[in-house]
Amino acid sequence: MQHLADLVLLLVLLTSFLILGTTRLTTCIRAVAVQGGLLGVLPLVLEPQWSAHTLGLATGTILVKAIVLPWFLTWAIREAAVRREVEPRVGYIASLILGVVAVAVASAVATRLPVPGDHPILLLATSLSCVIMGLLVLATRGKALIQVVGYLMLENGIYVFGLTSVDRVPFLVEVGVLLDVFVGVFIMGIVVFHINREFDSLDSARLTELKD
Amino acid sequence: MTAGPLVSLVAVLLLAPALPGVATKTKSLLTGRHGAPVLQLHRDLLRLLRKGAVYSTTTTWMFRLAPVAGVVTPLLAGILLPLDGRGAVLQFSGDFVAFAALLALGRFTLILAALDTGSSFEGMGASRDAAFASLVEPALFLCFVVLILATGQLSLSGMLGAAPAPSLAMVAVSLFFVLLAEASRMPVDDPATHLELTMIHEVAVLDHSGPDLALLLYGGALRMALFAALPVSVLVSRARLAVPLALAALLAGMVMVAVVVGIIESSMARLRLGRVPQFLVAASVLASLGVILQLLT
Repeated sequence: MQHLADLVLLLVLLTSFLILGTTRLTTCIRAVAVQGGLLGVLPLVLEPQWSAHTLGLATGTILVKAIVLPWFLTWAIREAAVRREVEPRVGYIASLILGVVAVAVASAVATRLPVPGDHPILLLATSLSCVIMGLLVLATRGKALIQVVGYLMLENGIYVFGLTSVDRVPFLVEVGVLLDVFVGVFIMGIVVFHINREFDSLDSARLTELKD
Repeated sequence: MTAGPLVSLVAVLLLAPALPGVATKTKSLLTGRHGAPVLQLHRDLLRLLRKGAVYSTTTTWMFRLAPVAGVVTPLLAGILLPLDGRGAVLQFSGDFVAFAALLALGRFTLILAALDTGSSFEGMGASRDAAFASLVEPALFLCFVVLILATGQLSLSGMLGAAPAPSLAMVAVSLFFVLLAEASRMPVDDPATHLELTMIHEVAVLDHSGPDLALLLYGGALRMALFAALPVSVLVSRARLAVPLALAALLAGMVMVAVVVGIIESSMARLRLGRVPQFLVAASVLASLGVILQLLT
């Protein structure tokens, strides 16, 4: 089980790197969908004995993060008719290298973090690096839709961190968080749609222009 | 010393030209054609060896040196690889640097020969070759660093064949990317292109003919074989197998690598030249992830 969990965590990391390195919005959304699916499988491989709690968590996560949200984002890019990011503020190669730095920093911090319970060190490292890479995408990409993807990556990182205390957090809290994310992305999708209609572009840099 | 390493080396030397053939055959079958026989390159080599060579009057001895260096350097590099899973024909501490240096030397002479012709197309190919090679090198060395960290050995014979670990999967994928770049296969370079403007490796050998071209083609196939043997040796630990079995496993693995190359070539387009560095940096990123993982565990 340990090896399987490590493999899933590695794939989560790799999908994050794919999002950092790709120019296409559809690839971004697919990657974040795959990441959501992997995160849904993660509690099942981490806890060998499945309880109703872990099963519910897994199905809820897969349903929201791998199916509903990606479908919704795909709808949004179809409506907004954008396909690719033109010029990120930080180039793709630089973001990939920053991603590696993020993983290095996260791993260094993860080894020192006093988290109760016995967890694979890779779990903490992956969660922290997902958070940092999500922030990186949020901060450096211009298109509002990729920023939504960055927000999802950030949330995925927090979700992975939450798995360290899966037996202590009540199920309701997790469902609540999942719902919050769902509503958040939903609202962002609608905002994105309206930005596109008003400005004919999804570039968030243009939001500084005044319009009445 | 037993005959294992030597026999394996000879087998790889004889079968190396079949690897591009396997890739081409896969590509043809996937696109609904019959394709050239797998051993087509063997026939081409024999045909080219019977022909004479034509030399441009602007070229110097450098131009004639490149084909010889193009075969000798991968041959020497092959001597350092543990092809039978136990040990190489020649091994010493730090031989992985020699391995990389020999292959770089082969590329260097080829670049000089391309510049020697004075053709602007070949100059362009040479400059691209040099630029991409400099991005491949960090990935290759980071992979070696992971292997050294995993085994504590400084020779290729010792470091290939570590116990399976997540970091080694990263190394294998990274080495596969390196193979695609080093063997000038699809996302980096298109071996089947006829447009000089977009060629990288093919354009650098454009002026060579006859036996010289045969040597360069054979050297290229050998290079591909070595880089196909690397990820196979990383993933499959063959030290416990009997020598014939270990050799068979290696050859089967190399054929599988060639099939994957063919599948990639028929399923994706080649990257724009400006995007290639990103692909090669991704190889380094994977390798450095391997280093981090190795340090974590």
